[in-house]
Amino acid sequence: MKKKSTPPEWARRFLSWYCRPELLEDLQGDLNEYFDRNLKTKGPRRSRFIYILDVFKFFRSYTIRKPKFLDLFIQWIMIGSYIKTSGRSIVRNKLFSFINIIGMAVSMSVGLLMIAFISDLLDYDNFHEKKDRIYRVITADQRRDQPLMNLASTSVKGGKEIRESVAGLEELTLLRNGFGGDAAFGETILPVGGLWADPSFFKVFTFPLVQGDPVTALKEPYSLVLTEKSAAKLFGTTNALGKSVTLDTSHYVVTGIMKDIPKLSHIRFEALGSFSTLELKKPNDDGGFLNWESIYSNYVYVLLPENGTLESVQIALDKVSATENAAIQNRKITLSLQPLKDIALGRHLTNQIGTAMLPLVVWILGGLAFMVILSACFNYTNLSIARSLRRSREVGIRKVIGAVKSHILGQFISESVIIALLALAFSFLLFLFLRIQFVSLHRFVDDLVSLELSPKLISYFIAFALVVGVGAGFIPALFFSRINAIRVLKDASSLQLFRRVTLRKALIVLQYSFSLMFITATLIGYNQYKGFLTFDLGFTTENILNLRLNGTNGDLVVKELSELPEVKEISRSLIVTSLGSAIGSSMKYKRMDDSASVWENHVDEHYLPLHQHVFLAGRNFNPKPEQAEETEAIVNEQLLQRFDIGERDPQKALAEVITIDKKKLTIVGVLKDFHYETVEEGIKPMVFRNTTDKTSGYINVKVFSTDWSSTRAAIEKAWRKVDKVHPLDATFYDEQLEQAYSQFSVMIKVIGFLAFLAVSIASMGLFGMVVFTTETRLKEISIRKVLGASEWILILLLSRGFLFLLTLASLVAIPATYLFFNNVVLNNFAYHVPIGITELLAGVTVVMVVAIVMIGSQTLKVARSNPAEVLKNE
Amino acid sequence: MKGTNLGEFEELVLLTIAALVNEAYSVAICDELEKYTGRSAKLGVVHTVLHRLEEKGLVKSKLGEATNVRGGKRKRYYLVTNTGKATLLKAKELRDRLWNVIPEFALKRI
Repeated sequence: MKKKSTPPEWARRFLSWYCRPELLEDLQGDLNEYFDRNLKTKGPRRSRFIYILDVFKFFRSYTIRKPKFLDLFIQWIMIGSYIKTSGRSIVRNKLFSFINIIGMAVSMSVGLLMIAFISDLLDYDNFHEKKDRIYRVITADQRRDQPLMNLASTSVKGGKEIRESVAGLEELTLLRNGFGGDAAFGETILPVGGLWADPSFFKVFTFPLVQGDPVTALKEPYSLVLTEKSAAKLFGTTNALGKSVTLDTSHYVVTGIMKDIPKLSHIRFEALGSFSTLELKKPNDDGGFLNWESIYSNYVYVLLPENGTLESVQIALDKVSATENAAIQNRKITLSLQPLKDIALGRHLTNQIGTAMLPLVVWILGGLAFMVILSACFNYTNLSIARSLRRSREVGIRKVIGAVKSHILGQFISESVIIALLALAFSFLLFLFLRIQFVSLHRFVDDLVSLELSPKLISYFIAFALVVGVGAGFIPALFFSRINAIRVLKDASSLQLFRRVTLRKALIVLQYSFSLMFITATLIGYNQYKGFLTFDLGFTTENILNLRLNGTNGDLVVKELSELPEVKEISRSLIVTSLGSAIGSSMKYKRMDDSASVWENHVDEHYLPLHQHVFLAGRNFNPKPEQAEETEAIVNEQLLQRFDIGERDPQKALAEVITIDKKKLTIVGVLKDFHYETVEEGIKPMVFRNTTDKTSGYINVKVFSTDWSSTRAAIEKAWRKVDKVHPLDATFYDEQLEQAYSQFSVMIKVIGFLAFLAVSIASMGLFGMVVFTTETRLKEISIRKVLGASEWILILLLSRGFLFLLTLASLVAIPATYLFFNNVVLNNFAYHVPIGITELLAGVTVVMVVAIVMIGSQTLKVARSNPAEVLKNE
Repeated sequence: MKGTNLGEFEELVLLTIAALVNEAYSVAICDELEKYTGRSAKLGVVHTVLHRLEEKGLVKSKLGEATNVRGGKRKRYYLVTNTGKATLLKAKELRDRLWNVIPEFALKRI
């Protein structure tokens, strides 16, 4: 016979949860009566639905249970007792408390670091008084046949158009980068960097002036506003209003001294030059200063009025874009607004004015930290439930005396909160240490955040500890609150101690899976990183020192350097390749309508031999007098492919003529493909041109030396002879490569550290579980021993279960990590080394060995115990 | 508390309770209302009204004996209090008085 249909259980429970007790019975009865009635006429499915609907319909103000203040009051007066019992329990079980507190402290310190990091990012630009009304005009640049480019910068033309034609803006300020140079005051020469800014700058942003008038400071041409710090460096005093400074060849007058910029500002500069200076210089003669398409070096910020709306401004911006786009071809430039508060922690834009962080990175870091914290919480949950036998009598007596479920729940949650707060104290100390490590990970991090303590941050920390405490203690508390007092008091062993075994096992597997994923990811990442550094780029980077020219006369430096005995070869180049920086030009071959952008590098005739580039055909550049016209080009295979030059045959491509920058160049050599960009990118068409600039670019020096420090000193001396202002900026190519991939090394360090924490925490938890299980099974072991079991069999018996769990965890973790890296992460890299079996298994092996040693040592201790001693005490 | 004025539906419920004498509990009231008015009386609405009437002191309630229908839950029976009776009479009286002053011809042509 079919089972009689009943109302849905959860709806019934929900009703009895929210409903006042005095109304409950009648309501339940009514619903039941209706349910039975509907069952006959409408069938079980529909009547269940009606029942649920009715339960929700009864949710009215007069049916809802009022919170019991008496209950809260009891919780409050019992807190003293809870603290006392918690304290006793912590002291009584030293090992478990140690595992819990240390595990939590370690994981929470990572959490604290994340909180401080995120809180700093969210605090960016908070010092601007009108921060909620400031917006940046950003640009979307769509060229035909090319991916959309989103820029933080915009054009001067755009800024001016907006100022004139867009109504409903309170203020608009135009900035341009590239201000700066060597500032000279008397004998002091100080390189300063900064921005060109117009007079509205101080109206939009809150950068208080210590001296000078914010209204007029940036009005006149050749006005200069310095920060207090740079003024002190240049003049030795911050009292410098009206002083004249020579910047390169122009004379500027100091019209304002500004308070130093707070660390958490996305705009940073040492000095501001008045925008009118730029206009006076008539820069439009070279490179279209006022072109709609010059969108790369200017920034426009607008201030909306108090009641202004974004939509109306956006419509006006679209109108400006549409008008201007009508005049250009094959390209669409669209302006839009970005709130100031979204800049520091916001979407990826090219040409950022200052530092910025992608929310995705924060989510990933936060997620990883969360997993480590979760792991520590699992430890707490696991160990508490495992030990429940010892506390169940206490709970039983509390219940008999009159405690209800919520009281027990309160007690155990407050216990875990107390442990979390204790852990917070330790983790705070760890945090202070970690903070230093984190900031020194990379220049970028140091630049981005300060991680300063503030009352707000401390309150976040405490709130975090409370959340962790409640999170860790909730499941055990729920477990304890459900204990049946009578059964427990009658016979404690009747408590179904191992009923929760599946949950505990699942938690252990989950914990170990996390840890193994972390550790495997670290190893794979490290191997990939090593692979990047040792990657065959197609040319040599060994023993090459790259000197950056910063307005220094390169010819003189070359002359000085060539006299050093350690220097074997010297060449010049515009950029250093394979580091991520690139220069592109538009190139044409025979078909005049087919142009494509190609990467290029400008080098002298020594460059290619020095770097040992491989020629497939042709020859190196001929030496060229400085003033002579440029005629030769050396290209790579990809370029032949792209333009189909000489049927893609290097030999036939020789003597073909290509057009770059309106110059006709003859191909004199074809190089084997090499990595112009980082190995994340594929190889693209590329051309070497034979031209060098006297004062910019790099000098590449091949050095052979046994004593690096003295060689460096000699090079430094040679540099000093030529340039007394700028310090020598020289780095070995291999070090530059390391820097180019430093983001990966930072990532590996971070994930590696988290992996270490996760493994430690998981191991501690496992250790606790092993100790507990072996202790509870002591009698069983003794009896087995008496009956003749050998030590080995006992060890196997005790550790079998744990080893099974660990195997399960690795069966989950390793394929998951492999698939994640192979199919998701490494797809972003055009060139990478394959994932080896060693990286996959090394982590597992180490973790397993640690676990086996732990399990083995504990089980051995128990297996070796004297059965007579144990059994005697019954 | 609101005054002792009765709403239309409240009055209907109160009358139904009086009509059912000792058998007035929520489901029965619903059924009775449906029978007389022809509109469907929702349980939730009736409950709210019963609650309000009790608050106004027009009805009182007590739980009945447990039976094996309704999932073993007891019924809550409602009885009209003296105040309730007075209120009902007052309402009827008010209506009667109004009926009496309506001239005969005003309602004749229906």
